[in-house]
Amino acid sequence: MQLALFIIFGVLAVAGALNLLLQRHPINSALSLVVVMMSLAVLYWSLGAEFLAAAQVIVYSGAIMVFFVFVIMLLNAGEEERTTGSRAAYLVGFPGAAAIFCLLSFVFLSERRALGTTNIGGYLNHLTSNISEISTVLFTKLLLPFEVTSVLILVAILGAVVLARKEQ
Amino acid sequence: MNSFAAAQVPIAAYLILAAVLFSIGVAAFLIKRNLITVFMSIELMLNAVNLTFVAFSHMWHQVSGQIFVFFVMVVAAAEAAVGLAIIIAIFRTRQTLNVDQIDLMKS
Repeated sequence: MQLALFIIFGVLAVAGALNLLLQRHPINSALSLVVVMMSLAVLYWSLGAEFLAAAQVIVYSGAIMVFFVFVIMLLNAGEEERTTGSRAAYLVGFPGAAAIFCLLSFVFLSERRALGTTNIGGYLNHLTSNISEISTVLFTKLLLPFEVTSVLILVAILGAVVLARKEQ
Repeated sequence: MNSFAAAQVPIAAYLILAAVLFSIGVAAFLIKRNLITVFMSIELMLNAVNLTFVAFSHMWHQVSGQIFVFFVMVVAAAEAAVGLAIIIAIFRTRQTLNVDQIDLMKS
């Protein structure tokens, strides 16, 4: 079941990412990014991170992507046109990305023995849930960073309002 | 079929999937010409890194990696809000979303 889930949603995630790369219209790219995020949520769940799977669906594919689609429609963004300036990006983009991928996969494959395998449900001992484990650490050891995050969100809200406001 | 159902996935497979997604994100960041799509490819790279965090957290039997992913999600939300506000401001002054035409600092 773990392998089947991994194959199905891994292929779906890669297909969505490639579609993001190949589509010309931004709204198509945004919708294929939603596919990537939903399949990543399933992969998180299969790795035993139920809380993150829910947060991924709610925060990423719910809030952030709706915001992206909203801005695309607000600015009435049409199809992107290829310009001569993007020729250099083509020449650097594909080989650079391929080099990063080759380096990363070489390291991961050479350390494959040490990395081990997964089993579904993961390390959960079936007595405490993943959410209670996370919240215990988050509200005891990491309470100060968690509170500082709320200040960060507040600053981001103020910055967004100031930046997007119409000049009087 | 039974052995397939019980088959386990190596952690390296999850990491390589994350590497594939990250490389596609890098390629999209360099190739796409639309400002919003470039911003979306940054989100794709953040998601790929989150997958490696969750995989390593599974491997080490610790929740610290998952908490780090939680913080990355919060920062990504804040970044999306500010970034899209900047994109709206740019569009209002320049009337374009093409990154080749937004070259005010390149002179």
